[in-house]
Amino acid sequence: MNLITAPLRKANPITVLILGICSSLAVTAKLKPAIVMALSVTVVTALSNLVISLIRKGIPSKIRIIVQLIVVATLVILVDQFLKAFMYDVSKQLSVFVGLIITNCIVMGRLEAFAMSHAPWESFLDGIGNGLGYGLILVIVAFFRDLFGSGTLLGYQVIPQGLYDFGYVNNGLMILPPMALIIIGIIIWLQKPEEEK
Amino acid sequence: MGLRNYIDKIKPNFEEGGKFSKFHSTFEAFETFLYTPNKVTKSGTHIRNYVDMKRSLIAVVFALIPCFLFGTWNIGYQHFLSLGQDVTFWQTVGYGLLKIIPLYLVSYIVGLSIEFTFAEIRHEDVNEGYFVTGFLIPLIMPVDVPLWMLAIAVAFSVIIGKEVFGGSGMNVVNPALLARAFLFFSYPSKMTGDNVWIAEKADAYSGATPLGTIFNGGSVNDLPSLMDMFVGTIPGSIGETSKIAILIGGIFLIVSGIASLRIIIATFAGAIAMSLMISDIPFYYHLLMGGFMFGTFFMATDPVTATQTNIGKWIYGFLIGAVAILIRVANPGYPEGMMLAILLMNVFAPLIDWCVVAVNIRKRKKRWAAAERRTR
Repeated sequence: MNLITAPLRKANPITVLILGICSSLAVTAKLKPAIVMALSVTVVTALSNLVISLIRKGIPSKIRIIVQLIVVATLVILVDQFLKAFMYDVSKQLSVFVGLIITNCIVMGRLEAFAMSHAPWESFLDGIGNGLGYGLILVIVAFFRDLFGSGTLLGYQVIPQGLYDFGYVNNGLMILPPMALIIIGIIIWLQKPEEEK
Repeated sequence: MGLRNYIDKIKPNFEEGGKFSKFHSTFEAFETFLYTPNKVTKSGTHIRNYVDMKRSLIAVVFALIPCFLFGTWNIGYQHFLSLGQDVTFWQTVGYGLLKIIPLYLVSYIVGLSIEFTFAEIRHEDVNEGYFVTGFLIPLIMPVDVPLWMLAIAVAFSVIIGKEVFGGSGMNVVNPALLARAFLFFSYPSKMTGDNVWIAEKADAYSGATPLGTIFNGGSVNDLPSLMDMFVGTIPGSIGETSKIAILIGGIFLIVSGIASLRIIIATFAGAIAMSLMISDIPFYYHLLMGGFMFGTFFMATDPVTATQTNIGKWIYGFLIGAVAILIRVANPGYPEGMMLAILLMNVFAPLIDWCVVAVNIRKRKKRWAAAERRTR
Protein backbone atom coordinates (compact mmCIF):
# COMPACT_ATOMS: atom_id res chain seq x y z
CA MET A 1 0.00 0.00 0.00
CA ASN A 2 2.90 2.29 0.74
CA LEU A 3 3.87 1.96 -2.91
CA ILE A 4 0.74 3.85 -3.88
CA THR A 5 0.58 6.41 -1.08
CA ALA A 6 4.23 7.43 -0.94
CA PRO A 7 4.30 9.03 -4.41
CA LEU A 8 1.25 11.09 -3.55
CA ARG A 9 3.12 13.21 -1.02
CA LYS A 10 6.51 12.17 0.31
CA ALA A 11 7.96 11.00 -2.97
CA ASN A 12 5.74 12.98 -5.29
CA PRO A 13 7.18 12.86 -8.81
CA ILE A 14 6.50 16.53 -9.50
CA THR A 15 6.99 18.37 -6.23
CA VAL A 16 9.74 16.24 -4.72
CA LEU A 17 11.51 14.56 -7.62
CA ILE A 18 10.80 17.53 -9.95
CA LEU A 19 10.02 15.26 -12.89
CA GLY A 20 7.42 15.78 -15.60
CA ILE A 21 7.32 19.55 -15.14
CA CYS A 22 7.06 20.28 -18.85
CA SER A 23 3.76 18.54 -19.44
CA SER A 24 2.33 19.81 -16.17
CA LEU A 25 2.82 23.35 -17.44
CA ALA A 26 1.34 22.60 -20.80
CA VAL A 27 -1.88 20.74 -20.12
CA THR A 28 -3.16 22.38 -16.94
CA ALA A 29 -4.83 25.48 -18.35
CA LYS A 30 -8.16 23.62 -18.10
CA LEU A 31 -9.26 20.98 -15.64
CA LYS A 32 -10.65 18.40 -18.07
CA PRO A 33 -7.54 17.84 -20.20
CA ALA A 34 -5.52 17.71 -17.01
CA ILE A 35 -7.64 14.87 -15.63
CA VAL A 36 -7.46 12.97 -18.90
CA MET A 37 -3.71 13.50 -19.05
CA ALA A 38 -3.34 12.31 -15.46
CA LEU A 39 -5.25 9.12 -16.23
CA SER A 40 -3.30 8.51 -19.43
CA VAL A 41 0.02 8.83 -17.64
CA THR A 42 -1.20 6.56 -14.84
CA VAL A 43 -2.19 3.88 -17.35
CA VAL A 44 1.11 4.16 -19.17
CA THR A 45 3.32 4.08 -16.07
CA ALA A 46 1.38 1.21 -14.52
CA LEU A 47 1.32 -0.99 -17.60
CA SER A 48 4.86 -0.25 -18.73
CA ASN A 49 6.11 -0.97 -15.22
CA LEU A 50 4.20 -4.24 -15.27
CA VAL A 51 5.47 -5.32 -18.71
CA ILE A 52 9.07 -4.37 -18.09
CA SER A 53 9.02 -6.03 -14.70
CA LEU A 54 7.72 -9.25 -16.28
CA ILE A 55 10.48 -9.41 -18.87
CA ARG A 56 13.18 -7.71 -16.80
CA LYS A 57 15.30 -10.84 -16.48
CA GLY A 58 15.41 -11.37 -20.22
CA ILE A 59 16.52 -7.86 -21.15
CA PRO A 60 20.24 -7.51 -21.95
CA SER A 61 21.38 -4.53 -19.95
CA LYS A 62 23.12 -2.90 -22.91
CA ILE A 63 19.89 -2.38 -24.86
CA ARG A 64 17.50 -2.01 -21.96
CA ILE A 65 16.68 1.65 -22.72
CA ILE A 66 15.61 0.73 -26.25
CA VAL A 67 13.44 -2.10 -24.98
CA GLN A 68 11.86 0.20 -22.42
CA LEU A 69 11.21 2.83 -25.08
CA ILE A 70 9.50 0.33 -27.36
CA VAL A 71 7.19 -0.80 -24.57
CA VAL A 72 6.38 2.77 -23.54
CA ALA A 73 5.88 3.92 -27.12
CA THR A 74 3.49 1.06 -27.84
CA LEU A 75 1.43 1.91 -24.79
CA VAL A 76 1.38 5.59 -25.57
CA ILE A 77 0.19 4.96 -29.09
CA LEU A 78 -2.58 2.76 -27.72
CA VAL A 79 -3.64 5.50 -25.30
CA ASP A 80 -3.46 8.08 -28.05
CA GLN A 81 -5.63 6.01 -30.37
CA PHE A 82 -8.08 5.37 -27.57
CA LEU A 83 -8.42 9.07 -26.84
CA LYS A 84 -8.85 9.88 -30.52
CA ALA A 85 -11.58 7.28 -30.82
CA PHE A 86 -13.59 8.11 -27.72
CA MET A 87 -12.69 11.62 -26.58
CA TYR A 88 -11.80 13.43 -29.76
CA ASP A 89 -12.15 17.01 -28.45
CA VAL A 90 -9.96 16.40 -25.41
CA SER A 91 -7.45 14.57 -27.55
CA LYS A 92 -7.27 17.61 -29.80
CA GLN A 93 -6.72 19.90 -26.81
CA LEU A 94 -3.92 17.71 -25.51
CA SER A 95 -2.51 17.55 -29.03
CA VAL A 96 1.13 16.58 -29.04
CA PHE A 97 1.38 16.13 -25.29
CA VAL A 98 -0.16 12.66 -25.32
CA GLY A 99 2.59 11.54 -27.67
CA LEU A 100 5.12 13.25 -25.47
CA ILE A 101 4.25 10.95 -22.56
CA ILE A 102 6.98 8.79 -24.08
CA THR A 103 9.53 11.37 -23.07
CA ASN A 104 7.97 12.03 -19.66
CA CYS A 105 10.77 11.49 -17.19
CA ILE A 106 8.43 9.86 -14.71
CA VAL A 107 7.75 6.88 -16.96
CA MET A 108 11.37 6.15 -17.82
CA GLY A 109 12.46 7.04 -14.31
CA ARG A 110 10.19 4.49 -12.69
CA LEU A 111 11.18 1.82 -15.19
CA GLU A 112 14.87 2.33 -14.51
CA ALA A 113 14.62 2.91 -10.79
CA PHE A 114 11.90 0.49 -9.84
CA ALA A 115 10.53 -1.94 -12.41
CA MET A 116 13.95 -3.26 -13.44
CA SER A 117 14.55 -4.54 -9.93
CA HIS A 118 11.13 -5.39 -8.49
CA ALA A 119 8.42 -8.01 -8.92
CA PRO A 120 5.56 -7.38 -11.37
CA TRP A 121 2.78 -6.72 -8.84
CA GLU A 122 4.86 -4.24 -6.85
CA SER A 123 5.96 -2.52 -10.04
CA PHE A 124 2.37 -2.25 -11.15
CA LEU A 125 1.37 -0.59 -7.87
CA ASP A 126 4.37 1.72 -8.04
CA GLY A 127 3.34 2.76 -11.52
CA ILE A 128 -0.20 3.52 -10.38
CA GLY A 129 1.10 5.44 -7.38
CA ASN A 130 3.42 7.61 -9.41
CA GLY A 131 0.80 8.22 -12.07
CA LEU A 132 -1.62 9.33 -9.38
CA GLY A 133 0.98 11.47 -7.64
CA TYR A 134 1.62 13.20 -10.92
CA GLY A 135 -2.10 13.48 -11.55
CA LEU A 136 -2.79 14.93 -8.13
CA ILE A 137 -0.51 17.90 -8.73
CA LEU A 138 -1.87 18.28 -12.25
CA VAL A 139 -5.43 18.44 -10.95
CA ILE A 140 -4.56 20.92 -8.19
CA VAL A 141 -2.77 23.22 -10.60
CA ALA A 142 -5.47 22.90 -13.24
CA PHE A 143 -8.17 23.58 -10.68
CA PHE A 144 -6.72 26.98 -9.80
CA ARG A 145 -5.81 27.88 -13.36
CA ASP A 146 -9.21 26.90 -14.71
CA LEU A 147 -11.07 28.65 -11.91
CA PHE A 148 -9.19 31.95 -11.92
CA GLY A 149 -8.08 31.96 -15.53
CA SER A 150 -11.40 31.18 -17.19
CA GLY A 151 -13.92 31.21 -14.35
CA THR A 152 -14.95 27.67 -15.22
CA LEU A 153 -14.47 24.13 -13.95
CA LEU A 154 -14.86 21.19 -16.35
CA GLY A 155 -16.58 23.51 -18.78
CA TYR A 156 -19.19 24.81 -16.34
CA GLN A 157 -19.25 28.45 -15.37
CA VAL A 158 -18.40 28.58 -11.68
CA ILE A 159 -17.81 32.26 -11.02
CA PRO A 160 -21.26 33.87 -11.17
CA GLN A 161 -22.06 36.38 -13.86
CA GLY A 162 -22.95 38.93 -11.19
CA LEU A 163 -19.33 39.14 -10.16
CA TYR A 164 -18.32 39.94 -13.73
CA ASP A 165 -20.92 42.68 -13.90
CA PHE A 166 -19.42 44.00 -10.72
CA GLY A 167 -16.08 44.44 -12.44
CA TYR A 168 -14.37 41.10 -11.93
CA VAL A 169 -12.04 40.08 -14.75
CA ASN A 170 -10.47 36.71 -15.42
CA ASN A 171 -6.78 36.58 -14.69
CA GLY A 172 -4.96 36.32 -18.00
CA LEU A 173 -1.70 35.28 -16.43
CA MET A 174 -3.34 32.09 -15.16
CA ILE A 175 -3.75 30.91 -18.76
CA LEU A 176 -0.05 31.36 -19.45
CA PRO A 177 2.41 28.60 -18.49
CA PRO A 178 4.47 30.74 -16.06
CA MET A 179 1.59 30.75 -13.61
CA ALA A 180 1.54 26.93 -13.59
CA LEU A 181 5.19 27.00 -12.63
CA ILE A 182 4.46 29.49 -9.87
CA ILE A 183 1.59 27.37 -8.52
CA ILE A 184 3.80 24.28 -8.50
CA GLY A 185 6.41 26.37 -6.73
CA ILE A 186 3.90 27.38 -4.07
CA ILE A 187 2.85 23.75 -3.57
CA ILE A 188 6.51 22.79 -3.08
CA TRP A 189 6.93 25.71 -0.70
CA LEU A 190 3.98 24.61 1.42
CA GLN A 191 4.99 20.94 1.31
CA LYS A 192 8.63 21.41 2.22
CA PRO A 193 8.38 22.18 5.96
CA GLU A 194 6.11 19.17 6.51
CA GLU A 195 8.58 16.93 4.81
CA GLU A 196 11.45 18.09 6.97
CA LYS A 197 9.61 17.25 10.18
CA MET B 1 8.87 62.30 26.40
CA GLY B 2 5.68 60.66 27.56
CA LEU B 3 5.66 58.41 24.54
CA ARG B 4 9.15 57.05 25.23
CA ASN B 5 8.16 56.24 28.80
CA TYR B 6 4.97 54.56 27.63
CA ILE B 7 6.86 52.41 25.14
CA ASP B 8 9.37 51.40 27.80
CA LYS B 9 6.52 50.54 30.13
CA ILE B 10 4.74 48.20 27.71
CA LYS B 11 7.94 46.75 26.26
CA PRO B 12 8.23 43.74 28.63
CA ASN B 13 4.87 42.48 27.38
CA PHE B 14 6.35 41.90 23.98
CA GLU B 15 9.54 40.23 25.06
CA GLU B 16 10.16 36.50 25.16
CA GLY B 17 7.58 35.02 27.52
CA GLY B 18 5.56 38.23 27.75
CA LYS B 19 1.82 38.45 27.24
CA PHE B 20 2.05 39.55 23.62
CA SER B 21 5.34 37.91 22.66
CA LYS B 22 3.67 36.80 19.41
CA PHE B 23 3.54 40.40 18.30
CA HIS B 24 7.17 41.08 19.05
CA SER B 25 8.00 42.01 15.47
CA THR B 26 5.08 44.39 15.20
CA PHE B 27 6.05 46.14 18.41
CA GLU B 28 9.66 46.32 17.34
CA ALA B 29 8.64 47.86 14.01
CA PHE B 30 6.63 50.62 15.65
CA GLU B 31 9.26 51.30 18.27
CA THR B 32 12.05 51.73 15.76
CA PHE B 33 9.71 53.71 13.56
CA LEU B 34 9.23 56.23 16.36
CA TYR B 35 12.70 56.27 17.93
CA THR B 36 16.24 55.50 16.92
CA PRO B 37 16.89 51.93 18.00
CA ASN B 38 19.64 51.40 20.55
CA LYS B 39 20.47 47.96 19.19
CA VAL B 40 24.07 47.36 18.11
CA THR B 41 25.60 44.65 16.00
CA LYS B 42 26.99 41.95 18.23
CA SER B 43 29.12 39.78 15.99
CA GLY B 44 31.12 39.79 12.79
CA THR B 45 32.59 42.63 10.84
CA HIS B 46 30.45 45.71 10.67
CA ILE B 47 30.65 49.22 9.35
CA ARG B 48 29.57 52.21 11.38
CA ASN B 49 27.75 54.73 9.27
CA TYR B 50 25.03 57.26 9.87
CA VAL B 51 23.25 56.07 6.69
CA ASP B 52 21.53 52.93 7.91
CA MET B 53 18.89 51.05 5.96
CA LYS B 54 16.06 53.16 7.35
CA ARG B 55 17.71 56.35 6.27
CA SER B 56 18.67 55.23 2.79
CA LEU B 57 15.21 53.88 2.13
CA ILE B 58 13.47 57.00 3.38
CA ALA B 59 15.72 59.00 1.05
CA VAL B 60 14.22 57.12 -1.89
CA VAL B 61 10.75 58.00 -0.66
CA PHE B 62 11.78 61.66 -0.43
CA ALA B 63 13.14 61.48 -3.94
CA LEU B 64 9.79 60.20 -5.15
CA ILE B 65 7.81 63.05 -3.63
CA PRO B 66 8.14 65.38 -6.66
CA CYS B 67 6.78 62.61 -8.87
CA PHE B 68 3.98 61.98 -6.40
CA LEU B 69 2.99 65.65 -6.24
CA PHE B 70 3.11 66.17 -9.97
CA GLY B 71 1.29 62.89 -10.56
CA THR B 72 -1.50 63.96 -8.23
CA TRP B 73 -1.91 67.24 -10.05
CA ASN B 74 -1.71 65.57 -13.46
CA ILE B 75 -4.51 63.12 -12.64
CA GLY B 76 -6.84 66.04 -12.05
CA TYR B 77 -5.45 68.04 -14.96
CA GLN B 78 -5.94 65.22 -17.48
CA HIS B 79 -9.40 64.46 -16.15
CA PHE B 80 -10.71 68.00 -16.46
CA LEU B 81 -8.89 68.51 -19.77
CA SER B 82 -10.69 65.52 -21.27
CA LEU B 83 -14.02 66.87 -20.05
CA GLY B 84 -13.15 70.31 -21.36
CA GLN B 85 -13.80 71.97 -18.01
CA ASP B 86 -11.87 74.90 -16.67
CA VAL B 87 -11.19 74.50 -12.97
CA THR B 88 -8.97 76.00 -10.31
CA PHE B 89 -5.65 74.59 -9.20
CA TRP B 90 -7.08 73.30 -5.92
CA GLN B 91 -9.95 71.51 -7.60
CA THR B 92 -7.42 69.78 -9.84
CA VAL B 93 -5.27 68.70 -6.94
CA GLY B 94 -8.31 67.73 -4.90
CA TYR B 95 -9.54 65.42 -7.64
CA GLY B 96 -6.06 63.94 -7.97
CA LEU B 97 -5.85 63.27 -4.24
CA LEU B 98 -9.26 61.63 -4.33
CA LYS B 99 -7.93 59.20 -6.92
CA ILE B 100 -4.45 58.57 -5.59
CA ILE B 101 -5.13 58.16 -1.86
CA PRO B 102 -7.16 54.93 -2.26
CA LEU B 103 -4.33 53.48 -4.34
CA TYR B 104 -1.85 54.26 -1.57
CA LEU B 105 -4.14 52.92 1.13
CA VAL B 106 -4.53 49.62 -0.70
CA SER B 107 -0.84 49.38 -1.48
CA TYR B 108 0.28 49.97 2.10
CA ILE B 109 -2.44 48.09 3.95
CA VAL B 110 -2.11 44.94 1.85
CA GLY B 111 1.66 45.06 1.54
CA LEU B 112 2.44 45.89 5.13
CA SER B 113 0.02 43.37 6.60
CA ILE B 114 1.72 40.64 4.56
CA GLU B 115 5.16 41.89 5.62
CA PHE B 116 4.17 41.97 9.29
CA THR B 117 2.60 38.52 9.11
CA PHE B 118 5.73 37.00 7.61
CA ALA B 119 7.96 38.79 10.08
CA GLU B 120 5.94 37.38 12.98
CA ILE B 121 5.99 33.86 11.58
CA ARG B 122 9.73 33.98 11.07
CA HIS B 123 10.49 35.85 14.30
CA GLU B 124 12.32 38.51 12.38
CA ASP B 125 12.19 42.25 12.68
CA VAL B 126 9.94 44.00 10.21
CA ASN B 127 12.15 46.07 7.98
CA GLU B 128 11.45 49.10 5.91
CA GLY B 129 11.83 47.62 2.43
CA TYR B 130 8.15 47.88 1.78
CA PHE B 131 7.97 51.62 2.41
CA VAL B 132 9.74 52.23 -0.89
CA THR B 133 8.00 49.45 -2.78
CA GLY B 134 4.62 50.57 -1.52
CA PHE B 135 5.36 54.13 -2.51
CA LEU B 136 6.51 53.11 -5.98
CA ILE B 137 3.67 50.76 -6.86
CA PRO B 138 0.87 53.35 -7.24
CA LEU B 139 3.19 55.64 -9.17
CA ILE B 140 3.68 53.07 -11.95
CA MET B 141 0.00 52.20 -12.26
CA PRO B 142 -2.55 53.66 -14.61
CA VAL B 143 -4.84 55.86 -12.56
CA ASP B 144 -7.96 53.83 -13.33
CA VAL B 145 -6.63 50.49 -12.08
CA PRO B 146 -9.36 48.78 -9.99
CA LEU B 147 -8.40 48.58 -6.33
CA TRP B 148 -8.97 44.83 -6.00
CA MET B 149 -6.57 44.21 -8.87
CA LEU B 150 -4.00 46.40 -7.20
CA ALA B 151 -4.48 44.44 -3.98
CA ILE B 152 -3.90 41.11 -5.75
CA ALA B 153 -0.84 42.45 -7.53
CA VAL B 154 0.65 43.80 -4.31
CA ALA B 155 0.04 40.50 -2.53
CA PHE B 156 1.56 38.58 -5.43
CA SER B 157 4.66 40.71 -5.64
CA VAL B 158 5.31 40.78 -1.90
CA ILE B 159 4.82 37.03 -1.47
CA ILE B 160 6.24 35.62 -4.71
CA GLY B 161 8.69 38.41 -5.43
CA LYS B 162 10.09 38.88 -1.97
CA GLU B 163 9.01 36.66 0.89
CA VAL B 164 9.67 33.34 -0.84
CA PHE B 165 13.26 34.44 -1.33
CA GLY B 166 13.65 35.48 2.29
CA GLY B 167 12.30 39.02 2.53
CA SER B 168 13.75 42.45 1.88
CA GLY B 169 17.24 42.46 0.48
CA MET B 170 17.00 38.89 -0.81
CA ASN B 171 14.66 39.48 -3.73
CA VAL B 172 15.83 38.69 -7.24
CA VAL B 173 13.54 41.08 -9.10
CA ASN B 174 12.20 44.48 -8.19
CA PRO B 175 8.93 43.87 -6.32
CA ALA B 176 7.25 47.07 -7.52
CA LEU B 177 7.90 46.17 -11.13
CA LEU B 178 6.78 42.63 -10.50
CA ALA B 179 3.43 43.98 -9.30
CA ARG B 180 3.11 45.92 -12.52
CA ALA B 181 4.18 42.99 -14.67
CA PHE B 182 1.66 40.77 -12.90
CA LEU B 183 -1.18 43.17 -13.69
CA PHE B 184 0.13 43.72 -17.19
CA PHE B 185 -0.10 40.04 -18.08
CA SER B 186 -3.13 39.23 -15.95
CA TYR B 187 -5.45 42.06 -16.89
CA PRO B 188 -4.10 43.60 -20.10
CA SER B 189 -7.36 45.41 -20.78
CA LYS B 190 -6.88 47.48 -17.62
CA MET B 191 -3.18 48.11 -18.10
CA THR B 192 -2.75 49.10 -21.73
CA GLY B 193 -4.73 50.80 -24.46
CA ASP B 194 -6.13 54.27 -24.74
CA ASN B 195 -8.72 54.21 -22.00
CA VAL B 196 -6.89 53.56 -18.77
CA TRP B 197 -4.59 56.54 -18.45
CA ILE B 198 -7.08 59.28 -17.65
CA ALA B 199 -9.49 59.03 -14.73
CA GLU B 200 -13.13 58.97 -15.87
CA LYS B 201 -12.33 60.58 -19.16
CA ALA B 202 -14.89 61.72 -21.69
CA ASP B 203 -15.43 59.02 -24.32
CA ALA B 204 -14.66 61.13 -27.33
CA TYR B 205 -11.33 62.33 -25.98
CA SER B 206 -8.31 60.31 -27.06
CA GLY B 207 -6.36 59.16 -24.04
CA ALA B 208 -3.44 57.56 -25.85
CA THR B 209 0.00 57.88 -24.33
CA PRO B 210 2.84 58.96 -26.62
CA LEU B 211 4.09 55.38 -26.62
CA GLY B 212 0.65 54.10 -27.53
CA THR B 213 0.43 56.54 -30.41
CA ILE B 214 3.74 55.41 -31.85
CA PHE B 215 2.86 51.78 -31.20
CA ASN B 216 -0.30 52.10 -33.26
CA GLY B 217 1.59 53.44 -36.23
CA GLY B 218 1.52 57.13 -35.41
CA SER B 219 4.39 59.38 -36.42
CA VAL B 220 6.35 61.97 -34.47
CA ASN B 221 3.92 64.65 -35.64
CA ASP B 222 1.05 63.00 -33.74
CA LEU B 223 2.91 63.29 -30.45
CA PRO B 224 2.57 66.04 -27.88
CA SER B 225 5.32 68.64 -28.07
CA LEU B 226 8.69 67.80 -26.55
CA MET B 227 8.07 70.45 -23.93
CA ASP B 228 4.79 68.84 -22.84
CA MET B 229 6.46 65.46 -22.63
CA PHE B 230 9.28 66.93 -20.61
CA VAL B 231 7.08 68.83 -18.19
CA GLY B 232 4.67 65.92 -18.00
CA THR B 233 1.25 67.24 -18.98
CA ILE B 234 0.53 64.04 -20.90
CA PRO B 235 -1.44 60.89 -20.10
CA GLY B 236 0.53 58.01 -18.63
CA SER B 237 1.16 56.04 -15.47
CA ILE B 238 0.73 58.30 -12.45
CA GLY B 239 4.31 59.10 -11.52
CA GLU B 240 6.14 58.68 -14.79
CA THR B 241 4.90 61.58 -16.91
CA SER B 242 6.92 64.49 -15.58
CA LYS B 243 10.58 64.23 -16.49
CA ILE B 244 11.31 67.35 -14.43
CA ALA B 245 10.00 65.74 -11.27
CA ILE B 246 11.93 62.57 -12.04
CA LEU B 247 15.14 64.52 -12.59
CA ILE B 248 14.73 66.42 -9.31
CA GLY B 249 14.29 63.15 -7.44
CA GLY B 250 16.98 61.42 -9.47
CA ILE B 251 19.58 64.09 -8.82
CA PHE B 252 18.76 63.94 -5.14
CA LEU B 253 19.34 60.19 -5.20
CA ILE B 254 22.64 60.54 -7.03
CA VAL B 255 23.90 63.27 -4.72
CA SER B 256 22.95 61.30 -1.64
CA GLY B 257 24.86 58.36 -3.07
CA ILE B 258 22.00 55.89 -3.16
CA ALA B 259 21.45 55.57 -6.89
CA SER B 260 24.43 54.53 -8.96
CA LEU B 261 25.40 57.13 -11.52
CA ARG B 262 27.12 54.40 -13.55
CA ILE B 263 23.88 52.52 -14.05
CA ILE B 264 22.00 55.66 -15.02
CA ILE B 265 24.56 56.80 -17.59
CA ALA B 266 24.90 53.30 -18.99
CA THR B 267 21.14 52.93 -19.34
CA PHE B 268 20.90 56.19 -21.25
CA ALA B 269 23.82 55.15 -23.44
CA GLY B 270 22.23 51.79 -24.17
CA ALA B 271 18.90 53.34 -25.07
CA ILE B 272 20.46 56.00 -27.29
CA ALA B 273 22.67 53.50 -29.09
CA MET B 274 19.80 51.13 -29.70
CA SER B 275 17.36 53.77 -30.89
CA LEU B 276 19.91 55.24 -33.27
CA MET B 277 20.31 51.80 -34.74
CA ILE B 278 16.80 50.49 -35.13
CA SER B 279 14.22 53.18 -34.43
CA ASP B 280 12.54 55.44 -36.98
CA ILE B 281 11.92 58.26 -34.53
CA PRO B 282 14.64 60.47 -33.03
CA PHE B 283 16.26 59.00 -29.94
CA TYR B 284 15.29 61.83 -27.59
CA TYR B 285 11.65 60.90 -28.06
CA HIS B 286 12.43 57.47 -26.72
CA LEU B 287 14.02 58.98 -23.65
CA LEU B 288 10.96 61.11 -22.97
CA MET B 289 8.28 58.53 -23.75
CA GLY B 290 6.74 56.09 -21.32
CA GLY B 291 8.47 54.89 -18.23
CA PHE B 292 12.04 55.08 -19.47
CA MET B 293 13.25 57.89 -17.22
CA PHE B 294 11.30 56.71 -14.20
CA GLY B 295 12.59 53.19 -14.63
CA THR B 296 16.16 54.36 -15.10
CA PHE B 297 16.31 56.51 -12.01
CA PHE B 298 14.16 54.61 -9.54
CA MET B 299 13.98 50.98 -10.69
CA ALA B 300 17.19 50.09 -12.49
CA THR B 301 19.26 51.58 -9.67
CA ASP B 302 17.59 49.54 -6.93
CA PRO B 303 20.72 48.41 -5.05
CA VAL B 304 19.27 45.03 -4.15
CA THR B 305 18.45 43.83 -7.64
CA ALA B 306 21.15 45.61 -9.63
CA THR B 307 24.68 44.39 -10.19
CA GLN B 308 27.22 45.11 -7.46
CA THR B 309 30.53 45.33 -9.34
CA ASN B 310 31.44 48.59 -11.08
CA ILE B 311 32.04 47.06 -14.49
CA GLY B 312 28.93 44.98 -13.98
CA LYS B 313 26.93 48.17 -13.48
CA TRP B 314 27.98 49.50 -16.87
CA ILE B 315 27.01 46.26 -18.59
CA TYR B 316 23.76 45.95 -16.66
CA GLY B 317 22.65 49.51 -17.36
CA PHE B 318 23.61 49.41 -21.01
CA LEU B 319 21.67 46.21 -21.56
CA ILE B 320 18.59 47.59 -19.80
CA GLY B 321 18.53 50.60 -22.10
CA ALA B 322 19.19 48.57 -25.21
CA VAL B 323 16.66 45.84 -24.44
CA ALA B 324 13.99 48.38 -23.49
CA ILE B 325 14.23 50.10 -26.87
CA LEU B 326 14.50 46.77 -28.66
CA ILE B 327 11.23 45.63 -27.09
CA ARG B 328 9.55 48.95 -27.87
CA VAL B 329 10.51 48.90 -31.52
CA ALA B 330 10.64 45.25 -32.48
CA ASN B 331 7.97 43.64 -30.33
CA PRO B 332 4.47 43.57 -31.82
CA GLY B 333 2.76 42.77 -28.51
CA TYR B 334 3.56 45.46 -25.97
CA PRO B 335 4.17 49.17 -26.40
CA GLU B 336 6.41 49.56 -23.35
CA GLY B 337 9.67 47.71 -22.91
CA MET B 338 11.24 49.34 -19.89
CA MET B 339 9.47 47.19 -17.32
CA LEU B 340 10.35 43.94 -19.05
CA ALA B 341 13.91 45.05 -19.74
CA ILE B 342 14.57 45.83 -16.08
CA LEU B 343 12.98 42.60 -14.90
CA LEU B 344 15.02 40.63 -17.40
CA MET B 345 18.28 42.24 -16.39
CA ASN B 346 17.42 41.85 -12.69
CA VAL B 347 17.48 38.13 -13.34
CA PHE B 348 20.80 38.36 -15.15
CA ALA B 349 22.46 40.70 -12.66
CA PRO B 350 24.06 37.97 -10.50
CA LEU B 351 25.41 36.27 -13.63
CA ILE B 352 26.97 39.53 -14.84
CA ASP B 353 28.60 40.02 -11.46
CA TRP B 354 29.87 36.47 -11.46
CA CYS B 355 31.45 36.91 -14.90
CA VAL B 356 33.09 40.21 -13.95
CA VAL B 357 34.57 38.68 -10.82
CA ALA B 358 35.73 35.58 -12.68
CA VAL B 359 37.43 37.65 -15.40
CA ASN B 360 39.13 39.75 -12.76
CA ILE B 361 40.41 36.69 -10.93
CA ARG B 362 41.82 35.26 -14.13
CA LYS B 363 43.52 38.52 -14.99
CA ARG B 364 45.13 38.69 -11.58
CA LYS B 365 46.25 35.08 -11.76
CA LYS B 366 47.97 35.76 -15.07
CA ARG B 367 49.62 38.87 -13.72
CA TRP B 368 50.78 37.01 -10.68
CA ALA B 369 52.16 34.15 -12.78
CA ALA B 370 54.05 36.64 -14.93
CA ALA B 371 55.49 38.31 -11.86
CA GLU B 372 56.51 34.92 -10.52
CA ARG B 373 58.38 34.14 -13.72
CA ARG B 374 60.23 37.43 -13.62
CA THR B 375 61.46 37.01 -10.09
CA ARG B 376 62.66 33.50 -10.70
